[in-house]
Amino acid sequence: MNSIIPAVEVRDLTVAYKEKPVLWDIDIKVPHGVLMAIVGPNGAGKTTLIKAILGLIKPAAGSVFINGNVYQKSFRSVGYVPQRGSVDWDFPTNALDVVLMGRYGHLGWFKRPGKRDVEIAMECLEKVGMADFAYRQINQLSGGQQQRVFLARALAQDSQIYFMDEPFVGVDAKTEKAIVALLKELRGKEKTVIVVHHDLQTLKDYFDWALLLNVRKIAMGPVKDIITQENLSQAYSGKTPFVGKDTTINLDAL
Amino acid sequence: MTLIHDLFFDYTVRTVVLGTLVLGIVSGALGSFAVLRKQSLLGDAISHAALPGIAVAFMLTYSKSLLVLLIGAIISGILASLGMFLITEYTSLKKDAALGIVLSVFFGFGMVLLTIIQRLPTANKAGLNRFLFGNAATLLEEDVIVMTIFGVVILAVLTLFWKEFKLVSFNPEFAATLGFPQKRLDIFLTSLIVCSIVIGLQTVGVVLMSAMIIAPAAAARQWTDRLGMMVVLAAIFGALAGLVGVMFSSQINNLPTGPVIVVAISTIVFASLGFAPNRGLFWAWKRNKSNQKQVKEDTFLTNLFYLSEGHDDVTHAHDIQALRSVGGASLDSVIRKLEESGYIHSTAYKHWGLTIKGHKYVRSLLVGMQA
Repeated sequence: MNSIIPAVEVRDLTVAYKEKPVLWDIDIKVPHGVLMAIVGPNGAGKTTLIKAILGLIKPAAGSVFINGNVYQKSFRSVGYVPQRGSVDWDFPTNALDVVLMGRYGHLGWFKRPGKRDVEIAMECLEKVGMADFAYRQINQLSGGQQQRVFLARALAQDSQIYFMDEPFVGVDAKTEKAIVALLKELRGKEKTVIVVHHDLQTLKDYFDWALLLNVRKIAMGPVKDIITQENLSQAYSGKTPFVGKDTTINLDAL
Repeated sequence: MTLIHDLFFDYTVRTVVLGTLVLGIVSGALGSFAVLRKQSLLGDAISHAALPGIAVAFMLTYSKSLLVLLIGAIISGILASLGMFLITEYTSLKKDAALGIVLSVFFGFGMVLLTIIQRLPTANKAGLNRFLFGNAATLLEEDVIVMTIFGVVILAVLTLFWKEFKLVSFNPEFAATLGFPQKRLDIFLTSLIVCSIVIGLQTVGVVLMSAMIIAPAAAARQWTDRLGMMVVLAAIFGALAGLVGVMFSSQINNLPTGPVIVVAISTIVFASLGFAPNRGLFWAWKRNKSNQKQVKEDTFLTNLFYLSEGHDDVTHAHDIQALRSVGGASLDSVIRKLEESGYIHSTAYKHWGLTIKGHKYVRSLLVGMQA
């Protein structure tokens, strides 16, 4: 992969809902092979940013390039883990079937998944520790298990660049561990992973890069460089950000 | 028996039955997607909205050929969906309001047109009223041919785009990121649903057609956790209801087919909601009952276990009063059941203790709770 061309490049991106800007003039270049978190307060536009990059939301202005191409030409190099709550888990299907959907992009129109696709899907379920639940109806899975099915589906896409929307929200410790292990594995394979994240406390442990966002880009770069008192208070509008239940962030430790 | 005889040898009955089967199968299959995509009420709006289309098509052509009327119905059905889309997109009104507006405006307009048609000086005007509540007896062979061609095309397209339709129904945004044109697939699937509604209008009528979209799918969902199976079951339920509807309305004079079909499909829905394995309300109630019983028994045994901890002999019997004081169930029926299973034994009147088996059981229970 050409290292001069960034994995993801966003230029002058502005998104507005009814004249209220949600994202204002965002410029970012994400190099290949980084594990990047998008952090910021509620309503900062984190989810909107990845949806705009993926072409799910039409921006008011700006452009997005994946490996130097427009998104319409780079479907195959992008994998996506949407928010768990964005689908109806009572849909009549099982875990394996959901993971197989990750293969649909490779299959193209009309072609049904074959034996090889099922093998790949099973391997992906195995990687997230869900192989035993392959034939389980999806509404009988716990929240964490559902999240892992979504991760397995993204793995089945076999992509270069992954976007994950709040994968850590509302999951059990086991799932959190599984996700972290997976992130590390993806980094080992030189994949680029961009994750919407909430928890500043785990930021340094899980990610090497971060984008601090609050409608505008506050800072972006290696985690230890950009998590400064100044940047944080700018992102969280002067309030001390709360991390976890009772603890405020210890800036000296970062 | 005569009906079965007629089915094979009576030309009229055969035509009517065939038409109803096509209608039931197609609306059941496509209805599954409507229900899963939470578009059930869309079906109601579209079927009502088809009425002015039918009336206008007649007024323009003076033809009562089903094909002509159906084209009119499809056009006004699509205009109605477009109207709902525009209302939700460009005003602050929500989906339900848009649905209600479109349904009543189109249906009202259709009724006005029907009244005007009644006063037209043409001999050909009779029979359009059948589109209100449906009348399977008026189905002609040519109508059934039109319905069958529509039905076969709809089912063939559904099979061809199966994977894509499943994907956009479950997770439209994900479909879009894979490069599938999600909006166009959405419109395409909705149009197919419109067509499946329209072919049933003559038999079931605009007022009740939505039941044929919603009910078979709702019943089928109770019995299976697989999309493919759900679609097949819904088609079978739809066909079954159609058949029953034709049977009854052909026996009784002036009984419109639509209401009978709806009564039949409602019976299937109620039976499914109540008694389908796993999802049925009756089984849920039974499970709940047996869980309650289990909890009562476990509580009783656990309390005995804690009492016995103060003794060297784990099977030491206690006065039942002691258990009453720590609360929990000490019902006679619970005691009897546990004695029968060999978990507890009695040493004296109202004195009960765990058996070795009971002791082991509670230990495993407590270990299970910690894990």
